[in-house]
Amino acid sequence: MKAPSNFWNFEKDISGCGVFGVIDKQKNLINGTMPINAMCTMHDRGNGLGGGFAAYGIYPDRADEYAFHLMCDDQAALDRAENTIKEYFEISVSEPIPTRKVLSVKNPPLMWRFFVTPKERRPKWEELSEQDYIVSVIMLINQNGGAFVFSSGKNMGAFKGVGFPEDIADFFRLDEYSAYIWTGHNRFPTNTPGWWGGAHPFTILDWAIVHNGEISSYGINRRYLCQHDYLCTMMTDTEVVAYLLDLLIRKHGLSYEMASKVFAPPFWDEIDRMGAEDRKVYEALRMVYGSGCLNGPFAILVTDPNTMMGLNDRAKLRPLVIAEKDSMVFMSSEESSIREVCPELDRVWAPKAGEPVIVKVEA
Amino acid sequence: MGKKVTLDADGVYYKQLNEQIRDAIRNGAEEIELLNVRGQRYIGNAIDKPVKFLVHGVPGQDMAAFMRGAFIRVEGNAQDGVGNTMDDGEIEINGMAGDVLGYAMRGGRILVKQDVGYRVGIHMKAYMDKAPIIVAGGKAGDFLGEYMAGGAIILLGMDSTMPENAPITGRSLGTGMHGGVMYIRGEVPEYQLGPGLSFHPLEEEDMAFIRTHVEAWAKAFGKDAEEAMKGTFRKVKPFSKRPYGNMYVGTN
Repeated sequence: MKAPSNFWNFEKDISGCGVFGVIDKQKNLINGTMPINAMCTMHDRGNGLGGGFAAYGIYPDRADEYAFHLMCDDQAALDRAENTIKEYFEISVSEPIPTRKVLSVKNPPLMWRFFVTPKERRPKWEELSEQDYIVSVIMLINQNGGAFVFSSGKNMGAFKGVGFPEDIADFFRLDEYSAYIWTGHNRFPTNTPGWWGGAHPFTILDWAIVHNGEISSYGINRRYLCQHDYLCTMMTDTEVVAYLLDLLIRKHGLSYEMASKVFAPPFWDEIDRMGAEDRKVYEALRMVYGSGCLNGPFAILVTDPNTMMGLNDRAKLRPLVIAEKDSMVFMSSEESSIREVCPELDRVWAPKAGEPVIVKVEA
Repeated sequence: MGKKVTLDADGVYYKQLNEQIRDAIRNGAEEIELLNVRGQRYIGNAIDKPVKFLVHGVPGQDMAAFMRGAFIRVEGNAQDGVGNTMDDGEIEINGMAGDVLGYAMRGGRILVKQDVGYRVGIHMKAYMDKAPIIVAGGKAGDFLGEYMAGGAIILLGMDSTMPENAPITGRSLGTGMHGGVMYIRGEVPEYQLGPGLSFHPLEEEDMAFIRTHVEAWAKAFGKDAEEAMKGTFRKVKPFSKRPYGNMYVGTN
């Protein structure tokens, strides 16, 4: 499961990643075939070196427990990770993630899932909040290598790997799942290896993110996160966004709107033209969270159990289209992928650069 | 009335679809109707015959790139990169279009009923009788006409999916522009103008030029040309003939 040593040596194909998301505001469940078919339409935005999906509402029977998805080099690595999990958590279910053999998915890592609750008597980190405790244990497992927790939320899960998204969906049997929020990703790795852990979505706790673009501020973001005990282990720029969301929104209590202005802040000349009050807020955001600013091109879809947000970088260097149909809202790199799964739409528009589109569930 | 061919693009990969289109043209088709188009790329690329395309659905990236003389009407929205380096012909998009529309366009005309995205008409150019034209009925994003060297962009700001108070165009308008002209109907704040650009008074020939193309836009989409002409247009041009003449090598 290591990054292939010849990862730079593939035939160059001009393309870019593709993202798709759908949320049903009434929490009606949507079968996995919808996001899969949408991603198929954008097949050529990726090159087969990464595909993945996130789904919310898939484990209703165990909605109170944390669902850990692990990818492991071998049984020994899984055993090591399981020992750590046992030390910190009560495990109620330990089982393989259901998969199919797929011709195009070669040498998949061992995929395992645990449903866990934190131990009553913690061996360590007693002073931390429950969620910080979870984050700490995941960081501990992931930095040991060999086994990676790539999904750790409640009643949600990420599924990802090396392959086109339709192949990864087939591998994980996603047509058998239904969710009220789905995001999908088709990867065309540019600066970092195409390996299983580097596929999108990236997640921590209930957060998931898929991203088209590249985050050239990765180094700064990573160092900043390191100071807050988030360790980047996936060798892919997008990982920082998952941890930044957790830090800014969950821990620091910023709203989605404010977090999006940290990621894509207004230019200084725009701030200069604002009224006094706004100017003060935006200056403060840029000064306090300068290291959380995402530089470079991006279109991202961010999700938690109640929300889906679409956001572009402030120069709009990647495409993003939003569409509404009844209680569903779609966000995608290409309108054609939305029309593929929902031909008639109530409203379609392209959001402005740096302006978040935030959709909350109503049910 | 020439030979007409109808192709169903439902579930057809872009390579096969474009092969079918080229086969049809080789066999003498003069009109091609495409049904159920969903994201197939490169439709109409480098077609150098006066073929008439009618596209139903959402065509994919780089539609009509390098096109030389064909006509394409899209009944729906278009995605990114329409008319990339297009040489001649006409495109009508009965909806909105994505980013980088008309990139490096060198001839022909593109009419869009509603909004266009970011970086529209960047690096458009003109030479002798070649002068590309873009008319968009809605609003545009940032970097409109960036590095523009020739041709014309007419932006009407009338039929838009964006809120009423959204600006007609965005920042970095015409940055690096050194030729051609933009006509924007409505208010453009000075700060949006790229360096070396200024507003110019509208001459009679400007109004005649605008009218010609606004009438074509109105006819294509069932709009009222007179209503469009009632608005106030701002004319954006470089303030000198060669604003970047001294940038690398001093000439005076």
